[in-house]
Amino acid sequence: MRLSVRHVTRYVFEAPVKRLIQSHRLWPSEHGGQRILSWQVDTGAANAGAGFRDGAGDWTQTVSMKGPVTEFAITVSGVVETEDLSGVLRGYREQVPASAYLTSTRATAPTVELRTLAADALDGLDGASTLDRAHALARAVRDAIAYAGGRTEPATTAAEALEGGQGVCQDQTHVLIALAHIADIPARYVTGYLFATEDSVGAEASHAWAELFVGGLGWVGFDAANGCCPDARYIRLGSGFDASDGAPIRGVVEGAATETLEVSVAVTQGGQQQVQQ
Amino acid sequence: MTRQEQTFFNEMLTGSDVRAAYESLQRWQADMPSELRTLKQHEAEELFRRVGITFAVYGEGGDPERLIPFDMFPRVFTADEWRKLDRGIRQRAAALNAFIADVYDRREIIKAGRIPEHLVTRNEAFEKAVVGMRPPRNVWSHIVGIDLVRTGRDQFYVLEDNCRTPSGVSYMLQNREIMMRMFPQLFHENRIAPVDGYASALKRTLASVAPQKCDGEPNVVILTPGQFNSAYYEHSFLADLMGVDLVEGQDLFVEGDFVWMKTTEGPRKVDVIYRRIDDAFLDPLCFRPDSMLGVPGLMNVYRSGGVAICSAPGAGVADDKAVYTFVPEMVRFYLGEAPILENVPTWQCAKADDCKYVQENLSELVVKEVHGSGGYGMLVGPKADKAQIEAFRAKIAERPENYIAQPTLALSTVPTFVDEGVAPRHVDLRPYCLVGEKIELVPGGLTRVALKEGSLVVNSSQGGGVKDTWVLAE
Amino acid sequence: MLSRTASHLYWMARYIERAETTARLMQVGARNALMPDIGGGYRNDWEAILQASGTLEVFRDKYGETRQRNLETFLFFDQDNPASVMSCMAQARENARVVRTGLTSQTWDAMNSSFQDLKRMHRTERSKLSLQDLAEWTSNACALIRGSIASTQLRNDGYHFMGLGFTLERADNTARLLDVKYYVLLPSLTYIGSGLDQTQWVTLLRSMSAHRAFHWTYKGEITASRIAHFLILNSQFPRSLLTAVQGTCEHLDHLARGYRQTSRAQSAARALYGELAEAQVEDIFDEGLHEFLARFMRQNAGIAGIVQDTYLIGEPA
Repeated sequence: MRLSVRHVTRYVFEAPVKRLIQSHRLWPSEHGGQRILSWQVDTGAANAGAGFRDGAGDWTQTVSMKGPVTEFAITVSGVVETEDLSGVLRGYREQVPASAYLTSTRATAPTVELRTLAADALDGLDGASTLDRAHALARAVRDAIAYAGGRTEPATTAAEALEGGQGVCQDQTHVLIALAHIADIPARYVTGYLFATEDSVGAEASHAWAELFVGGLGWVGFDAANGCCPDARYIRLGSGFDASDGAPIRGVVEGAATETLEVSVAVTQGGQQQVQQ
Repeated sequence: MTRQEQTFFNEMLTGSDVRAAYESLQRWQADMPSELRTLKQHEAEELFRRVGITFAVYGEGGDPERLIPFDMFPRVFTADEWRKLDRGIRQRAAALNAFIADVYDRREIIKAGRIPEHLVTRNEAFEKAVVGMRPPRNVWSHIVGIDLVRTGRDQFYVLEDNCRTPSGVSYMLQNREIMMRMFPQLFHENRIAPVDGYASALKRTLASVAPQKCDGEPNVVILTPGQFNSAYYEHSFLADLMGVDLVEGQDLFVEGDFVWMKTTEGPRKVDVIYRRIDDAFLDPLCFRPDSMLGVPGLMNVYRSGGVAICSAPGAGVADDKAVYTFVPEMVRFYLGEAPILENVPTWQCAKADDCKYVQENLSELVVKEVHGSGGYGMLVGPKADKAQIEAFRAKIAERPENYIAQPTLALSTVPTFVDEGVAPRHVDLRPYCLVGEKIELVPGGLTRVALKEGSLVVNSSQGGGVKDTWVLAE
Repeated sequence: MLSRTASHLYWMARYIERAETTARLMQVGARNALMPDIGGGYRNDWEAILQASGTLEVFRDKYGETRQRNLETFLFFDQDNPASVMSCMAQARENARVVRTGLTSQTWDAMNSSFQDLKRMHRTERSKLSLQDLAEWTSNACALIRGSIASTQLRNDGYHFMGLGFTLERADNTARLLDVKYYVLLPSLTYIGSGLDQTQWVTLLRSMSAHRAFHWTYKGEITASRIAHFLILNSQFPRSLLTAVQGTCEHLDHLARGYRQTSRAQSAARALYGELAEAQVEDIFDEGLHEFLARFMRQNAGIAGIVQDTYLIGEPA
C-alpha cells in the first residue's frame, strides 16, 4: 500500500523564548514492511545538527533555534510503500539486544493489579508459544482499557491507566509493555502513523503501539487499541522503553513560556510521489 | 585485644619488630612530643580549611563544610609491593574498558557464555542510548578507581571497581602537599615517589580522547553539578590544577554539530567533557527529562562525534557489585592473562544457593546493595545487633537480586594517631588509574582509615578519615 | 573566560565593596548619634542610614525600635539583612568559592580567612566588640582582599571583571552615602551651613577615610559645595564618583582591547565620565543634589546592565 503522510507540529509561545532545542526521531527506517519513497522534515529557519542512527535503528537529529522564538513548526511529509507482514519486523537493522527491553520505567512499572491481569490473561497458556501468549496479553489489554480520549494524561502510568480502565493508545501500549515484562517477554514502545479506516481508533495524531520480542520471529507489533497486529496501514517511525523515551520529538525551551501546541496528521492512500528535490 | 583482632595484618609491625619501610616513621612518631602533635594536627586542619577542602555528608545535616579527618601517620608501600599492585590495577582497568566496549558492540563475552546476558542488559547502568557507539580510542572509563584491601603480606583483594567518576583524588594530592609542608624532613629521610604528576596525566588522558572532529588543541572542561555538590571542592581543585574551565550545565549549550560554552567573548566550542554528574542527568532530551544539571542535546552531539564525554555514558555497566564477580573472567577473556589482583569471594543473593548460605550466615558476612555506594545500605554482620540482622534478612528475602554478600575481611591496620597515642586502625586503598591513549597510574592513592577502634567501615560518610599514602622509590 | 566565572568575580568584588560601605554607614550613624539631639536627629539619623542601605523595612519588622545595639547587630552580623557586613562577606566568599580556580591562593586565603574571622567574631560576646573595632576590622579585611587582588592576580579579563565590580559598586555606594546625608537628613536647603550640618559633613568625610585628605585638598572651610566637589568631581579622591567612573572606563577599555571588540558599555561609561569631567558643582546644585545623584545612580546601573548583557550572560549576540 502506498501511504502519504503530512504531519505538522506547531508551537506558539505566549512570550518569546530565548532558545529552543529539540531532538527529533522523525525519519522512518526501512524494513521488510516499509520502503521509503520520499521523506522530508522541514524545520524552517532552525539550525540542524549532525544526525546519527542510534542502536535501536532510529535516525536522530538535533535542531535548535536562537531566540526570540515565538513560533516554531515542524512539517513532516513523505510517501512510504508498505506491506502487510502480520506485524513482524523483518529485515530491520538494529543493535540493541532484545533483553534490554525487559527494563521497566516509571510508566511501565509492574504492580499487583498488573500482575493479576497478566496471570489471568495467561491462565491455561503455560505450554503455549510466546506468540500465543503475546496475543493473549494484547487481548487482555484491549478488554481492560477502553479507548477514550481525555481521561488520561501524558504522564499517566500503566498502573494508573489500568485503575481508570480507560485511556488512549499510549496508555494501552504502556499496559501491554508492563504485562509483557511480567511475562518475561521483552517489549517496547513504538511510534508511527496509521492510515485510518472507519473502525480504527487512535489515529487522529501520531499513533503508538507495542512490539514484543518473540523468539524465532523477532519483534512483533501489537496494536492493542485496534486489537490487531500492524499491517500495511502502519508506518513505523521509532521506538523506546516508553512514550517519553520513544517520543519522536523531545525538546526544551529556555525561558519559562506558556506554549500552545497544534498537531495535525494526515495519512492518505496512494498520493503522488511529492518529491521536491 | 581480643583474639580475633590479633589476626589482623599490621602493616608496620611483624610481632614487635618494625618493618624497614616504617622505621623512620616509627622514630618520628616516638620522638614527637604530644604538644607538638596536637599543634601539628591543628595546623593540618587549618591548612585543609584554608584551601577549602571540605566534604558534605549526604543527609546528615550539620556543618556542610565539615572536614574529612586527616591522620598524619602515613601509610607506606615498598617498591616491591607497589610493583605488583601497579600491574594488577592497570590490567584490571584495561579489562574493564574492554568489557564495556564489548557489551555495547558485539557482546562477545555474552555470546561466549562467560557472563550471563541479564547481568549486562538488565543492569540499571546499561544505556540503550549508546549501543553501537564507539567513543574515541574506544575508551569508556577514563578514570578507574579500584578499591583494594589488604589482609596479609601479599594478600590484596579488590573490593570494588569505580568506572564512572571515582572521587577522592584531591585528597590524595592535598594529603601529600600538607605532609610535605608540615614534615619536610620525612621526605628527606625517605625516598617517596611523587604523586603530583596526576593532574597533567589526567589532562593528557582527557585530551587524548578528543573526538576526531576536533582540530587543534582540544578544549577540555570539567562538568560539575555545582557548588552544592559534596565533591565540588574536588571539581574546582582539579580544574585549577589542569588549567581547564569548571562548567555547570547552564554554561553549555548545543548548537549545530557541537557543544559550546558561554564565555565573555561569546560561544567557544567544547571538545572533551570530564563530567562529574550521573548519566541520568546528562541530557534531558535523552535521559531524565526533568534534569536541570545537564545540557539538552548533549547526547546527540556525543553520538555524532562532536564531543567526548568522560567517563562515557553507560560505563557504569562494568562496576556494579554483581558484574564485579566476573572481572577476573574479563581479564582472562579479553587479555588472555591470569588476573593479578583477586576478587573477594562473593555470594550473589540472586542465586538461590548463595542466598540460602547468606541468610544462614548473616552474622558473619558483610552484605551490600548491588548498586549501593558510600557504605550506605550495608550490613557488617559481626558488628550488627540482632535487630539490624533481622531487618536485613527481611530486605534480602524481598529483593534477593539486590544484594551480594562477602566474608568479613580482616582488613590490615596501619598505625594511626588516636587520643591515647598511636594505635592500629583498619585501612583500604583507592588508586586512580587513567586510561586514554595510554594507561597511566601515579604511585599512590587515597588511603581511607576507619578511625573508630575496631571499625571496618572506612567511608568518609561513616566517620572514616584519610592518610597520605607513600610508595617508596626503588 | 567562562561568563559565569566572570559573573562570580564581578559579584565577589561588588559584595566586598558593599560590605565596606555598610561598615562606613555604621560609623556615620554611630558618630552622628553622639551629636546633640537636634531636630529629632538621633532616630532619624539611623533610619536614614537604614534607608540608604535599603533595609529599613527589614529592620523594623525584626526589631521595631532603633536601638544602637540592635542597629549594630543588624548592620554587622544579621544574616537576615542582605546588606549586613556578614551577609555581604558571606556572599562574596560564596562567589569566590565557586570560582576558586580564578583566584590566586593569596586572594582566596584573604577572602576565606576574613570570613572565618568574621564567624569567630560572631561567636564572641557582643559587649567585647566595639563598633569602632567592627568597622575597622571590615576596612582592614577588605583592604587585605583588595591588596591580594592587586598584587597577585593576573591582569587578565578576570581581574578587570573584579575591577568593574569594585568601581560600579563604589560609584553607587558613594552616591548613596552622599544622598543619605543630603536628602534624608537635610530635606530643606535652609539647614545647609548650620553648625549641625558641619559636624555631620565631617562625619561623612571621616567615614570615607577622607577627612584629612579633604583638608589637604581644600584649604579653608568645609562648605557644602566643596564637599560635593570632593566626593563627586575630584579626580584625586579614590572614592569620588569621577574616580569610580574613570575606573569603570579603564576596566572596560582593557576588556575591549583584550577581546578586540568594543562594547556599548564603553561608550555609556565614557559618556558618563565626560559629563562628570565637565561638570561644575554649581550645575549639580542647580539640578538639585538629590536629583543629580538619583540620575547618576540610574546611569551607573545602566552601565552595569550593559556589562551584564555583554559579558556575563554569555549568549551569542
